[in-house]
Amino acid sequence: MKRIILATLLALGLSACDEPESRARAVYLLLDTSGTYTAEMEKAQKIMSYLLATLDSGDSIAIARIDSGSFSEKDIIARVTFDDRPSTANQQKRSFKARIDKFVADTKKGSRHTDITGGMLQASEYLDETGAGEKYVLIFSDLEEDLQRGHIRDFPISLPDIHVVALNVTKLRSDNIDPRDYMKRLDLWENRVYEAGGTWGVINDLERMDRLIAQR
Amino acid sequence: MFNEILTVWSNQPGVSAAIWIAILVLAAYLARNPAHALIHTSGRAVYVACRLLAAALRNLETALQRRNRDVVLSLGQEACERSIEREFHRVNAVVTRDLGAYPALHRQISDTIDRIEEDYQAATDAPPLPPAWLQAVDAIASIPRSGDATVCSILDNIGKTLENAHRETEKAYRKTTLQRHKLLGAMQPQWRDLGHSLTRVKETIDGLDQRSREIDRQMNLYEAIRADEDTAARTLSSSSLTQFFISSLVLVIAVFGGLINFQLIAMPMSEMVGGSSYIGPMRTSDIAALVIIMVEIAMGLFLMESLRITHLFPVIGSMDDSLRKRMLVITFSILAILATVEASLAYMRDLLALDREALTQSLSASGIVAEAEFRWIPSLGQMVMGFILPFALAFVAIPLESFIHSMRTVLGLIALALVHILALATRVVGASVRQLSHMLVSLYDLLIMLPLGIERLAGNAIKHRQGPVNNDEPEELYLEQRS
Repeated sequence: MKRIILATLLALGLSACDEPESRARAVYLLLDTSGTYTAEMEKAQKIMSYLLATLDSGDSIAIARIDSGSFSEKDIIARVTFDDRPSTANQQKRSFKARIDKFVADTKKGSRHTDITGGMLQASEYLDETGAGEKYVLIFSDLEEDLQRGHIRDFPISLPDIHVVALNVTKLRSDNIDPRDYMKRLDLWENRVYEAGGTWGVINDLERMDRLIAQR
Repeated sequence: MFNEILTVWSNQPGVSAAIWIAILVLAAYLARNPAHALIHTSGRAVYVACRLLAAALRNLETALQRRNRDVVLSLGQEACERSIEREFHRVNAVVTRDLGAYPALHRQISDTIDRIEEDYQAATDAPPLPPAWLQAVDAIASIPRSGDATVCSILDNIGKTLENAHRETEKAYRKTTLQRHKLLGAMQPQWRDLGHSLTRVKETIDGLDQRSREIDRQMNLYEAIRADEDTAARTLSSSSLTQFFISSLVLVIAVFGGLINFQLIAMPMSEMVGGSSYIGPMRTSDIAALVIIMVEIAMGLFLMESLRITHLFPVIGSMDDSLRKRMLVITFSILAILATVEASLAYMRDLLALDREALTQSLSASGIVAEAEFRWIPSLGQMVMGFILPFALAFVAIPLESFIHSMRTVLGLIALALVHILALATRVVGASVRQLSHMLVSLYDLLIMLPLGIERLAGNAIKHRQGPVNNDEPEELYLEQRS
C-alpha cells in the first residue's frame, strides 16, 4: 500500500514538473501588395483592428507583406509580443496600429509579383519562434501566386499545427469566365496546407471574423 | 454447434428435440431429490445470510441512532451551557451596573425621604395663638363705658391695641402659610426624584426577573438533556435541521458575494502578477485573486474567534485575554489592509476597463473616443464594494460554524436513513429468495410432471393390488410429515 502511495505521489510530482503547455496565441497576417490587390488595403486595416481587439497579454502578432520575394524578414512590417500587463499591452496595440496605418497610407504601388509560398515559409518560421500554443497564418490575398523567374517554390512546405485562413479571396476577371479556376486555386492551397501538417479555412465575408480566433 | 447437437438423434429437428427433452426430463426426475435439496439449501442460505446482514444493519442503525442522539444532545448541552453562561454574564452585568450602585441609591432615597419628612414637619399647619394677655385686655375692653371720657379713651386705646394685635397675628399667620406653601412646593422635585429612583429600581428588578425566567427555561432544557429525554433530543434535532438550512442559505449568499468580489479584483490582479501565466488550467492572476479572498475569509474566521463569537478553534478561545485582544487587533488590521487593497484594485479595474474601451473605440472605424458622463459613480461604487465586501465576507464565520455543527446531525440522519433502507432491502431480498426457492421447487416438479404422474399411477396400482386402501392413512401420513 505504501509503495502504491509513494508511486502515485512520485507520478504526480513528475507530472507537475512537466513544462506547461503554452496558452499564448500567435498570428501572422500576410498582406498581398501585388498590383491587383492594393485596393483592398482598407479591409486589411479592419482585420488588424479585429486582431488587436482579440489578442491579449502574452499573445504575438506580426504583419508582413507579400511581394515579389516574401521569404525575408524585411517584409515584416510590424511585430510585437504583448506584455504581461494589460495596460502596457494596450499601449503596444496603439503603437502597432499607428505603424500599420502608416504602412497602409504609404502603400500606393503594388509589387510586380506575388510570392505567397515565401510568405508562408517566413510565417512558419516566425510562429515556431514564438512558441505559442495556438498558431495562425492569415492570408489576405486572392491566392494567385505569380513567382519571379528563377524563384523556386514548388517543394513541400512545413506548417505543423498551424491554422491557415485565407481572407477576402477575391475573384479575378478570369474566374468569372471559368469559376473552376477559382475552385482549383482554393483546392491547391488547401491541399498544400494539409500536406504541410496544418489546417485550412476560408473567410470571405469579413463580418464573420468573430469565429476566426477562439475567444478566451 | 447447436444444430449438430440438436440433430444428433435424428435428422428431423423436431424428433431430435423431443428425444433430448425426454432425456432431460428423465435426468431431472432421477435427480429430483438432490435438486430439491440444493434449491432449498441455496434459498435458505441466502435467506439466512440476508437475515444476518439485516440484523447487523439494524445493530448499526441502533448504534447510529445512539450516536446521532449523543451528538445532538452534546451540541444542545454545549449550546445550553453557553446560553446559561451568557445569561449569567448579563445578570452579572446588570447587578454590577445597576445594583452595584444600589447602596448609593438607597442612601439617596433615604436622604430624600428624610428631607421630605423634615419639610413635612416644617410645613405643619400651626395657627399662631394670640398673646395670653389679650384675654385680660379683651375683658377690660369689653367693660361698659361709664361715660368718663378718660376711661372711654383708655378703653378705646385698649380696643385699638387689641385690633392691632389681631392684625399682626393674622399677618404672621399668612407669612408662615406662605412659607409652608414654599416648603411644600420644594418637596415636589424630591418626590419626583424619589419616583424616578424607584422606577429605575423596578426596571432593574424586572430585567433581572426576565433573565431569571430565561435561566430557568434554559436550566429546564439542560436538565432534560442531562436526563436524556426524548423530547429534548427531538427538539434539538429539529432545531439542528433548521440551523442547517438557514446556514446553507447564508453560505450560498456568501458564495455569490465571493464571486462578485472575485470579478472585481481578478482583472486588475493581472497587472500585478501578469496576465499570461497559468498554474494548471487557471490563470495566475485568477488564483491570486482567489487567494486574497480566501485570506480575507480566514482573517474573518480568526476575527470572529478572537471576539469569541464563534468557537471553531478552541486554541484561540482559550487564549489569554491580552493575547486574544492582540490577535483581534492584528486580524482586523490585516482585514482592513486587504479591504484597502481590494478597493484600489477595484478602482484599477475601472481604469483598465476605460483604457480598453478607449482602445476598442480607436480601433473601430469611427475612431472617436466618447467621453461618458458620470463615470465617477460606477468607479466610486466599485471602490466602495471592494472595501465593504471583505468585511461582509468576514461574517461568513458565523453561518459556517452553524453549518459545520448542524451538518454532523444532518449527515447522521442521512446515514441513518440509508442504513434503514438497506436493512429493509436486505430483508426483502432474503424473503424473496426464500419464496423463489419454493417456486423453483414447484417449477422443477412441473417440468417433470410426466414421470411424476407415471410414478403416482404406478404407486396407486401397487397399493390397489396389495389390498383395500385405508383412506385415512395417507392423510395421517401427510399430517405427520407436515408436523
